[in-house]
Amino acid sequence: MTIGVVDYGIGNLLSVCRAVAVCGGNVKVLSTPAEVPAVDRLVVPGVGAFGDCAAALRDQGFWEPVVAFAASERPFLGICVGMQMLFDVGLEFGQHQGLGILPGQVVEIDRLRPDGTVRKRPHIGWVGLQRPEGRTWEGTILEGTDEGTKFYFVHTFSAVPEVTSDRLADVDYDGFRVSAAVNRGNVTGTQFHPEKSGPAGLAVVSRFLKQ
Amino acid sequence: MREPRVIARLDIKSPNVIKGVRLEGLRVVGDPQALATKYYEAGIDELVYMDIVASLYNRNSLEDILRRAAENVFVPLTVGGGVRTVDDVHRLLHSGADKVAVNTAATRDPSLIKAVAERWGSQCMVLSVEAKRIGPGKWEAFTDNGREHTYRDVVEWVQEAASLGAGEILLTSVDQEGTKKGFDIELCRAVTAVVEVPVILSGGMGSLADARAAVKDGGADAIAVAHCFHYDLFSVGQVKEAVA
Repeated sequence: MTIGVVDYGIGNLLSVCRAVAVCGGNVKVLSTPAEVPAVDRLVVPGVGAFGDCAAALRDQGFWEPVVAFAASERPFLGICVGMQMLFDVGLEFGQHQGLGILPGQVVEIDRLRPDGTVRKRPHIGWVGLQRPEGRTWEGTILEGTDEGTKFYFVHTFSAVPEVTSDRLADVDYDGFRVSAAVNRGNVTGTQFHPEKSGPAGLAVVSRFLKQ
Repeated sequence: MREPRVIARLDIKSPNVIKGVRLEGLRVVGDPQALATKYYEAGIDELVYMDIVASLYNRNSLEDILRRAAENVFVPLTVGGGVRTVDDVHRLLHSGADKVAVNTAATRDPSLIKAVAERWGSQCMVLSVEAKRIGPGKWEAFTDNGREHTYRDVVEWVQEAASLGAGEILLTSVDQEGTKKGFDIELCRAVTAVVEVPVILSGGMGSLADARAAVKDGGADAIAVAHCFHYDLFSVGQVKEAVA
Protein backbone atom coordinates (compact mmCIF):
# COMPACT_ATOMS: atom_id res chain seq x y z
CA MET A 1 0.00 0.00 0.00
CA THR A 2 1.40 3.37 -1.01
CA ILE A 3 0.64 6.69 0.67
CA GLY A 4 1.21 9.57 -1.70
CA VAL A 5 2.15 12.99 -0.32
CA VAL A 6 1.59 15.75 -2.85
CA ASP A 7 4.70 17.89 -3.31
CA TYR A 8 3.62 21.09 -5.00
CA GLY A 9 6.47 23.20 -3.69
CA ILE A 10 4.86 24.38 -0.46
CA GLY A 11 6.69 24.00 2.83
CA ASN A 12 8.19 21.12 4.67
CA LEU A 13 7.12 17.60 3.73
CA LEU A 14 9.76 15.97 5.89
CA SER A 15 7.61 15.73 9.02
CA VAL A 16 4.49 14.50 7.22
CA CYS A 17 6.48 11.82 5.43
CA ARG A 18 8.29 10.81 8.57
CA ALA A 19 5.04 10.60 10.56
CA VAL A 20 3.52 8.30 7.93
CA ALA A 21 6.69 6.22 7.89
CA VAL A 22 6.89 5.70 11.67
CA CYS A 23 3.25 4.64 11.58
CA GLY A 24 4.24 1.89 9.18
CA GLY A 25 3.18 3.51 5.91
CA ASN A 26 5.04 3.24 2.63
CA VAL A 27 5.42 6.93 1.70
CA LYS A 28 5.85 8.26 -1.78
CA VAL A 29 6.47 11.95 -2.42
CA LEU A 30 4.50 12.85 -5.54
CA SER A 31 6.25 15.53 -7.55
CA THR A 32 4.31 15.03 -10.76
CA PRO A 33 0.52 14.91 -11.23
CA ALA A 34 0.72 11.69 -13.24
CA GLU A 35 1.75 9.83 -10.08
CA VAL A 36 -1.42 10.72 -8.17
CA PRO A 37 -3.88 8.13 -9.55
CA ALA A 38 -1.61 5.19 -8.72
CA VAL A 39 -1.41 5.65 -4.93
CA ASP A 40 -3.72 4.01 -2.38
CA ARG A 41 -4.05 6.97 -0.06
CA LEU A 42 -3.42 10.64 -0.67
CA VAL A 43 -2.17 13.38 1.66
CA VAL A 44 -2.34 17.04 0.65
CA PRO A 45 -0.34 19.21 3.08
CA GLY A 46 -0.27 22.99 2.95
CA VAL A 47 1.16 25.96 4.81
CA GLY A 48 1.09 29.68 4.17
CA ALA A 49 -1.65 31.49 2.31
CA PHE A 50 -4.71 29.82 0.75
CA GLY A 51 -4.30 31.69 -2.56
CA ASP A 52 -0.62 30.74 -2.92
CA CYS A 53 -1.29 27.08 -2.18
CA ALA A 54 -4.25 26.92 -4.56
CA ALA A 55 -2.25 28.65 -7.30
CA ALA A 56 0.71 26.30 -6.83
CA LEU A 57 -1.56 23.25 -6.93
CA ARG A 58 -3.14 24.47 -10.14
CA ASP A 59 0.07 25.67 -11.83
CA GLN A 60 1.74 22.35 -11.27
CA GLY A 61 -1.15 20.41 -12.70
CA PHE A 62 -2.23 18.71 -9.48
CA TRP A 63 -5.72 20.26 -9.37
CA GLU A 64 -7.67 17.74 -11.49
CA PRO A 65 -5.85 14.61 -10.31
CA VAL A 66 -6.44 15.63 -6.68
CA VAL A 67 -10.16 16.28 -7.27
CA ALA A 68 -10.43 12.97 -9.14
CA PHE A 69 -8.70 11.13 -6.30
CA ALA A 70 -11.13 12.59 -3.78
CA ALA A 71 -14.00 11.36 -5.94
CA SER A 72 -12.63 7.81 -5.80
CA GLU A 73 -13.26 5.63 -2.76
CA ARG A 74 -9.70 5.89 -1.54
CA PRO A 75 -8.82 7.70 1.72
CA PHE A 76 -7.82 11.35 1.26
CA LEU A 77 -6.35 13.61 3.94
CA GLY A 78 -5.86 17.37 3.68
CA ILE A 79 -3.76 19.00 6.40
CA CYS A 80 -4.00 22.67 7.46
CA VAL A 81 -4.27 24.69 4.22
CA GLY A 82 -4.66 21.26 2.57
CA MET A 83 -7.93 20.95 4.52
CA GLN A 84 -8.95 24.54 3.80
CA MET A 85 -8.56 24.00 0.06
CA LEU A 86 -11.22 21.25 0.17
CA PHE A 87 -13.81 24.03 0.36
CA ASP A 88 -15.32 26.23 -2.35
CA VAL A 89 -13.64 29.48 -1.59
CA GLY A 90 -10.92 31.05 0.56
CA LEU A 91 -11.06 34.67 1.66
CA GLU A 92 -7.38 35.23 2.50
CA PHE A 93 -5.92 38.28 0.68
CA GLY A 94 -8.84 38.39 -1.77
CA GLN A 95 -11.16 35.64 -2.94
CA HIS A 96 -9.67 32.37 -4.14
CA GLN A 97 -11.31 29.31 -5.59
CA GLY A 98 -10.82 26.10 -3.64
CA LEU A 99 -11.13 22.51 -4.82
CA GLY A 100 -14.88 22.59 -4.10
CA ILE A 101 -14.95 19.06 -2.70
CA LEU A 102 -16.87 20.25 0.38
CA PRO A 103 -19.30 23.18 0.40
CA GLY A 104 -18.24 26.12 2.52
CA GLN A 105 -15.69 28.88 2.78
CA VAL A 106 -12.53 29.74 4.65
CA VAL A 107 -12.66 32.94 6.70
CA GLU A 108 -10.35 34.93 8.92
CA ILE A 109 -10.54 34.24 12.66
CA ASP A 110 -12.29 37.23 14.26
CA ARG A 111 -9.88 39.80 15.64
CA LEU A 112 -11.92 40.49 18.76
CA ARG A 113 -13.09 38.17 21.49
CA PRO A 114 -16.68 38.36 22.74
CA ASP A 115 -15.50 40.69 25.55
CA GLY A 116 -13.95 43.11 23.06
CA THR A 117 -10.32 42.26 23.81
CA VAL A 118 -7.91 41.25 21.08
CA ARG A 119 -7.65 37.59 20.10
CA LYS A 120 -4.05 36.75 19.19
CA ARG A 121 -3.46 35.74 15.58
CA PRO A 122 -2.05 33.52 14.27
CA HIS A 123 -3.82 31.06 16.56
CA ILE A 124 -0.90 28.96 17.77
CA GLY A 125 -1.16 26.21 20.32
CA TRP A 126 -2.43 22.89 21.55
CA VAL A 127 -6.19 22.67 21.87
CA GLY A 128 -8.59 19.89 22.90
CA LEU A 129 -10.99 18.55 20.25
CA GLN A 130 -14.74 18.67 20.74
CA ARG A 131 -17.07 16.26 19.00
CA PRO A 132 -20.00 18.09 17.40
CA GLU A 133 -23.34 16.85 18.67
CA GLY A 134 -24.67 13.93 16.69
CA ARG A 135 -21.32 13.26 14.98
CA THR A 136 -19.65 9.93 15.50
CA TRP A 137 -15.91 9.39 15.28
CA GLU A 138 -16.38 5.67 14.57
CA GLY A 139 -14.78 4.69 11.30
CA THR A 140 -12.98 8.05 10.97
CA ILE A 141 -9.39 9.09 11.62
CA LEU A 142 -10.51 10.14 15.13
CA GLU A 143 -11.73 6.69 16.10
CA GLY A 144 -9.98 5.82 19.35
CA THR A 145 -9.17 9.46 20.11
CA ASP A 146 -10.74 10.77 23.33
CA GLU A 147 -12.68 14.00 23.26
CA GLY A 148 -10.53 16.76 24.72
CA THR A 149 -7.30 15.29 23.33
CA LYS A 150 -5.01 18.17 22.36
CA PHE A 151 -3.57 18.77 18.93
CA TYR A 152 -1.28 21.46 17.55
CA PHE A 153 -2.85 24.31 15.59
CA VAL A 154 -1.22 27.19 13.76
CA HIS A 155 -3.47 29.28 11.52
CA THR A 156 -5.15 32.62 11.01
CA PHE A 157 -7.97 31.43 8.74
CA SER A 158 -10.56 28.82 9.49
CA ALA A 159 -13.02 26.75 7.45
CA VAL A 160 -16.75 27.20 7.85
CA PRO A 161 -18.44 24.07 6.44
CA GLU A 162 -21.88 24.71 4.98
CA VAL A 163 -23.07 21.21 5.77
CA THR A 164 -23.17 20.54 9.51
CA SER A 165 -22.57 16.82 9.12
CA ASP A 166 -19.20 17.53 7.45
CA ARG A 167 -17.90 18.84 10.79
CA LEU A 168 -15.89 16.06 12.40
CA ALA A 169 -14.36 18.06 15.26
CA ASP A 170 -14.35 21.63 16.51
CA VAL A 171 -12.23 23.60 18.93
CA ASP A 172 -13.02 26.76 20.77
CA TYR A 173 -10.52 29.58 20.43
CA ASP A 174 -11.52 32.22 22.97
CA GLY A 175 -15.12 32.15 21.78
CA PHE A 176 -14.42 31.55 18.09
CA ARG A 177 -15.51 28.17 16.76
CA VAL A 178 -12.70 26.65 14.73
CA SER A 179 -13.52 23.75 12.46
CA ALA A 180 -10.73 21.42 13.58
CA ALA A 181 -11.49 18.47 11.34
CA VAL A 182 -13.96 17.73 8.57
CA ASN A 183 -15.00 14.49 6.97
CA ARG A 184 -17.34 13.21 4.30
CA GLY A 185 -16.94 9.64 3.14
CA ASN A 186 -13.34 9.01 2.12
CA VAL A 187 -12.38 12.68 2.35
CA THR A 188 -10.97 14.05 5.61
CA GLY A 189 -9.28 17.30 6.52
CA THR A 190 -7.55 18.45 9.69
CA GLN A 191 -6.86 22.06 10.54
CA PHE A 192 -4.44 20.81 13.17
CA HIS A 193 -1.12 19.23 12.26
CA PRO A 194 -1.18 15.52 13.12
CA GLU A 195 2.51 15.32 12.21
CA LYS A 196 3.30 17.95 14.86
CA SER A 197 0.89 16.78 17.56
CA GLY A 198 3.04 14.21 19.33
CA PRO A 199 1.69 10.71 20.08
CA ALA A 200 -1.94 11.84 19.68
CA GLY A 201 -1.15 13.05 16.18
CA LEU A 202 0.64 9.84 15.25
CA ALA A 203 -2.41 7.87 16.43
CA VAL A 204 -4.50 9.85 13.93
CA VAL A 205 -2.01 9.13 11.16
CA SER A 206 -2.08 5.41 12.05
CA ARG A 207 -5.86 5.47 11.88
CA PHE A 208 -5.68 7.07 8.44
CA LEU A 209 -3.44 4.22 7.28
CA LYS A 210 -5.96 1.65 8.52
CA GLN A 211 -9.02 3.23 6.90
CA MET B 1 -9.46 28.53 26.27
CA ARG B 2 -5.95 29.63 25.52
CA GLU B 3 -3.35 27.34 27.04
CA PRO B 4 0.11 28.84 27.28
CA ARG B 5 2.75 26.79 25.52
CA VAL B 6 5.84 25.48 27.25
CA ILE B 7 8.84 25.42 24.95
CA ALA B 8 12.28 23.97 25.55
CA ARG B 9 15.06 26.16 24.24
CA LEU B 10 18.24 24.50 23.03
CA ASP B 11 21.12 26.89 22.50
CA ILE B 12 23.46 25.19 20.08
CA LYS B 13 27.18 25.49 19.74
CA SER B 14 27.60 22.66 17.35
CA PRO B 15 27.67 19.77 18.02
CA ASN B 16 26.42 20.47 21.55
CA VAL B 17 23.64 22.11 23.48
CA ILE B 18 25.25 24.75 25.66
CA LYS B 19 24.04 27.10 28.34
CA GLY B 20 25.39 30.34 29.64
CA VAL B 21 24.48 33.28 31.82
CA ARG B 22 23.22 36.38 30.05
CA LEU B 23 24.03 34.54 26.83
CA GLU B 24 27.71 34.31 27.80
CA GLY B 25 30.08 31.99 29.72
CA LEU B 26 28.93 28.91 27.92
CA ARG B 27 28.93 25.39 29.28
CA VAL B 28 28.22 22.18 27.45
CA VAL B 29 24.92 20.63 28.52
CA GLY B 30 24.67 17.66 26.22
CA ASP B 31 23.68 16.15 22.91
CA PRO B 32 20.88 18.00 21.06
CA GLN B 33 19.14 14.83 19.92
CA ALA B 34 19.20 13.21 23.35
CA LEU B 35 17.72 16.34 24.93
CA ALA B 36 15.13 16.85 22.19
CA THR B 37 13.98 13.25 22.55
CA LYS B 38 13.84 13.53 26.31
CA TYR B 39 11.70 16.70 26.20
CA TYR B 40 9.46 15.27 23.47
CA GLU B 41 8.80 12.16 25.53
CA ALA B 42 8.02 14.36 28.52
CA GLY B 43 5.30 16.15 26.54
CA ILE B 44 6.97 19.39 25.50
CA ASP B 45 4.82 21.68 23.31
CA GLU B 46 7.59 22.89 21.00
CA LEU B 47 11.35 23.07 20.66
CA VAL B 48 13.45 26.11 19.79
CA TYR B 49 17.00 25.69 18.49
CA MET B 50 19.22 28.75 18.62
CA ASP B 51 22.60 28.53 16.95
CA ILE B 52 24.60 30.85 19.15
CA VAL B 53 27.72 30.76 17.02
CA ALA B 54 25.82 31.22 13.79
CA SER B 55 28.82 31.03 11.54
CA LEU B 56 28.43 29.90 7.97
CA TYR B 57 30.78 27.05 8.80
CA ASN B 58 28.20 25.65 11.21
CA ARG B 59 25.23 25.76 8.84
CA ASN B 60 25.45 22.18 7.68
CA SER B 61 25.73 20.77 11.13
CA LEU B 62 22.72 22.80 12.31
CA GLU B 63 20.74 21.37 9.42
CA ASP B 64 21.86 17.89 10.43
CA ILE B 65 20.70 18.48 13.98
CA LEU B 66 17.28 19.53 12.67
CA ARG B 67 17.03 16.62 10.28
CA ARG B 68 17.75 14.19 13.06
CA ALA B 69 15.15 15.85 15.29
CA ALA B 70 12.50 15.69 12.56
CA GLU B 71 13.07 11.93 12.38
CA ASN B 72 11.38 11.20 15.67
CA VAL B 73 10.31 14.41 17.39
CA PHE B 74 6.76 15.21 16.31
CA VAL B 75 6.25 18.70 17.72
CA PRO B 76 6.93 22.07 16.07
CA LEU B 77 10.59 22.98 15.65
CA THR B 78 11.79 26.58 15.46
CA VAL B 79 15.33 27.41 14.47
CA GLY B 80 17.25 30.65 14.72
CA GLY B 81 20.75 32.09 14.76
CA GLY B 82 22.48 33.41 11.69
CA VAL B 83 19.45 33.34 9.38
CA ARG B 84 20.41 35.98 6.83
CA THR B 85 18.52 35.39 3.62
CA VAL B 86 15.40 33.86 2.11
CA ASP B 87 17.65 31.03 0.89
CA ASP B 88 18.75 30.31 4.47
CA VAL B 89 15.09 30.08 5.46
CA HIS B 90 14.36 27.74 2.56
CA ARG B 91 17.19 25.40 3.54
CA LEU B 92 16.20 25.30 7.21
CA LEU B 93 12.54 24.61 6.40
CA HIS B 94 13.61 21.79 4.13
CA SER B 95 15.78 20.39 6.92
CA GLY B 96 12.69 19.96 9.09
CA ALA B 97 12.14 23.35 10.73
CA ASP B 98 8.55 24.62 10.94
CA LYS B 99 9.43 28.18 11.84
CA VAL B 100 12.49 30.34 11.55
CA ALA B 101 13.57 32.95 14.11
CA VAL B 102 15.37 36.01 12.75
CA ASN B 103 17.18 38.72 14.71
CA THR B 104 20.30 40.38 13.27
CA ALA B 105 19.40 40.23 9.59
CA ALA B 106 15.93 41.65 10.29
CA THR B 107 17.31 44.57 12.30
CA ARG B 108 19.63 45.40 9.40
CA ASP B 109 17.02 44.95 6.70
CA PRO B 110 13.45 44.67 8.00
CA SER B 111 12.20 43.81 4.50
CA LEU B 112 13.48 40.27 5.13
CA ILE B 113 10.54 39.84 7.53
CA LYS B 114 8.11 40.70 4.77
CA ALA B 115 9.86 38.47 2.26
CA VAL B 116 9.71 35.44 4.57
CA ALA B 117 6.11 36.08 5.63
CA GLU B 118 4.95 36.49 2.05
CA ARG B 119 6.62 33.33 0.86
CA TRP B 120 5.85 30.94 3.71
CA GLY B 121 3.20 32.73 5.80
CA SER B 122 3.64 34.80 8.92
CA GLN B 123 3.28 31.69 11.12
CA CYS B 124 6.73 30.73 9.82
CA MET B 125 8.40 34.07 10.60
CA VAL B 126 9.39 34.45 14.25
CA LEU B 127 11.07 37.67 15.26
CA SER B 128 13.79 37.00 17.80
CA VAL B 129 14.52 39.96 20.08
CA GLU B 130 17.40 40.18 22.56
CA ALA B 131 16.20 42.90 24.89
CA LYS B 132 18.40 44.78 27.34
CA ARG B 133 16.99 47.22 29.84
CA ILE B 134 18.49 50.67 29.28
CA GLY B 135 16.29 52.70 31.61
CA PRO B 136 13.00 52.62 33.49
CA GLY B 137 10.43 51.00 31.18
CA LYS B 138 12.88 51.14 28.29
CA TRP B 139 14.67 48.35 26.42
CA GLU B 140 17.02 48.25 23.48
CA ALA B 141 17.19 45.41 20.97
CA PHE B 142 20.63 43.78 20.75
CA THR B 143 22.16 41.16 18.49
CA ASP B 144 25.03 38.68 18.72
CA ASN B 145 24.06 37.28 22.11
CA GLY B 146 23.49 40.67 23.64
CA ARG B 147 26.79 42.16 22.51
CA GLU B 148 25.90 44.41 19.57
CA HIS B 149 23.69 47.48 19.76
CA THR B 150 20.95 48.04 17.20
CA TYR B 151 19.84 51.29 18.83
CA ARG B 152 16.28 50.14 18.22
CA ASP B 153 13.71 50.58 20.94
CA VAL B 154 12.19 47.14 21.64
CA VAL B 155 8.60 48.37 21.88
CA GLU B 156 8.87 50.22 18.57
CA TRP B 157 10.77 47.43 16.87
CA VAL B 158 8.26 44.68 17.67
CA GLN B 159 5.44 46.82 16.29
CA GLU B 160 7.33 47.47 13.08
CA ALA B 161 8.19 43.79 12.73
CA ALA B 162 4.61 42.65 13.38
CA SER B 163 3.32 45.09 10.79
CA LEU B 164 5.78 43.60 8.29
CA GLY B 165 4.45 40.11 8.93
CA ALA B 166 6.27 38.61 11.92
CA GLY B 167 3.78 36.04 13.22
CA GLU B 168 5.34 35.48 16.61
CA ILE B 169 7.91 37.13 18.86
CA LEU B 170 10.58 35.28 20.79
CA LEU B 171 11.42 37.81 23.45
CA THR B 172 14.64 37.14 25.36
CA SER B 173 15.71 39.27 28.25
CA VAL B 174 19.50 39.45 28.09
CA ASP B 175 19.58 40.81 31.65
CA GLN B 176 17.70 37.84 33.11
CA GLU B 177 18.93 35.06 30.82
CA GLY B 178 20.55 32.18 32.71
CA THR B 179 20.24 33.95 36.07
CA LYS B 180 17.25 31.99 37.44
CA LYS B 181 16.08 35.30 38.93
CA GLY B 182 12.78 35.30 37.07
CA PHE B 183 11.55 36.57 33.71
CA ASP B 184 11.46 40.28 32.88
CA ILE B 185 7.71 40.60 33.35
CA GLU B 186 7.64 44.33 32.72
CA LEU B 187 9.34 43.81 29.35
CA CYS B 188 6.78 41.18 28.44
CA ARG B 189 3.89 43.47 29.40
CA ALA B 190 5.35 46.29 27.35
CA VAL B 191 5.51 44.06 24.29
CA THR B 192 2.21 42.18 24.66
CA ALA B 193 0.49 45.55 25.10
CA VAL B 194 1.46 46.68 21.60
CA VAL B 195 1.36 43.59 19.36
CA GLU B 196 -1.47 41.23 18.42
CA VAL B 197 0.73 38.24 17.65
CA PRO B 198 1.79 35.59 20.20
CA VAL B 199 4.79 36.36 22.41
CA ILE B 200 7.19 33.71 23.72
CA LEU B 201 9.01 34.96 26.81
CA SER B 202 12.52 33.69 27.37
CA GLY B 203 15.25 34.21 29.91
CA GLY B 204 15.46 33.91 33.65
CA MET B 205 13.07 31.26 34.88
CA GLY B 206 14.12 29.90 38.26
CA SER B 207 10.87 28.76 39.83
CA LEU B 208 7.37 27.60 38.96
CA ALA B 209 6.09 30.93 40.27
CA ASP B 210 8.21 32.64 37.60
CA ALA B 211 6.49 30.55 34.92
CA ARG B 212 3.08 31.47 36.29
CA ALA B 213 3.98 35.15 36.47
CA ALA B 214 5.14 35.22 32.84
CA VAL B 215 1.70 34.16 31.74
CA LYS B 216 -0.57 35.74 34.35
CA ASP B 217 1.26 39.04 34.86
CA GLY B 218 3.32 39.33 31.70
CA GLY B 219 0.61 38.14 29.32
CA ALA B 220 3.05 35.75 27.62
CA ASP B 221 1.48 33.24 25.22
CA ALA B 222 4.35 30.85 25.72
CA ILE B 223 7.53 30.53 27.75
CA ALA B 224 10.87 29.23 26.59
CA VAL B 225 12.77 27.31 29.23
CA ALA B 226 16.40 26.22 29.08
CA HIS B 227 18.26 26.04 32.39
CA CYS B 228 15.38 24.61 34.45
CA PHE B 229 14.93 21.75 32.00
CA HIS B 230 18.57 21.11 31.18
CA TYR B 231 19.46 20.79 34.85
CA ASP B 232 16.26 18.94 35.79
CA LEU B 233 15.02 21.58 38.23
CA PHE B 234 11.47 20.97 37.04
CA SER B 235 9.76 18.51 34.75
CA VAL B 236 7.89 19.57 31.62
CA GLY B 237 4.68 18.42 33.32
CA GLN B 238 5.30 20.60 36.38
CA VAL B 239 5.85 23.70 34.28
CA LYS B 240 2.80 23.00 32.10
CA GLU B 241 0.71 22.62 35.21
CA ALA B 242 2.09 25.87 36.63
CA VAL B 243 1.08 27.92 33.59
CA ALA B 244 -2.30 26.26 32.89
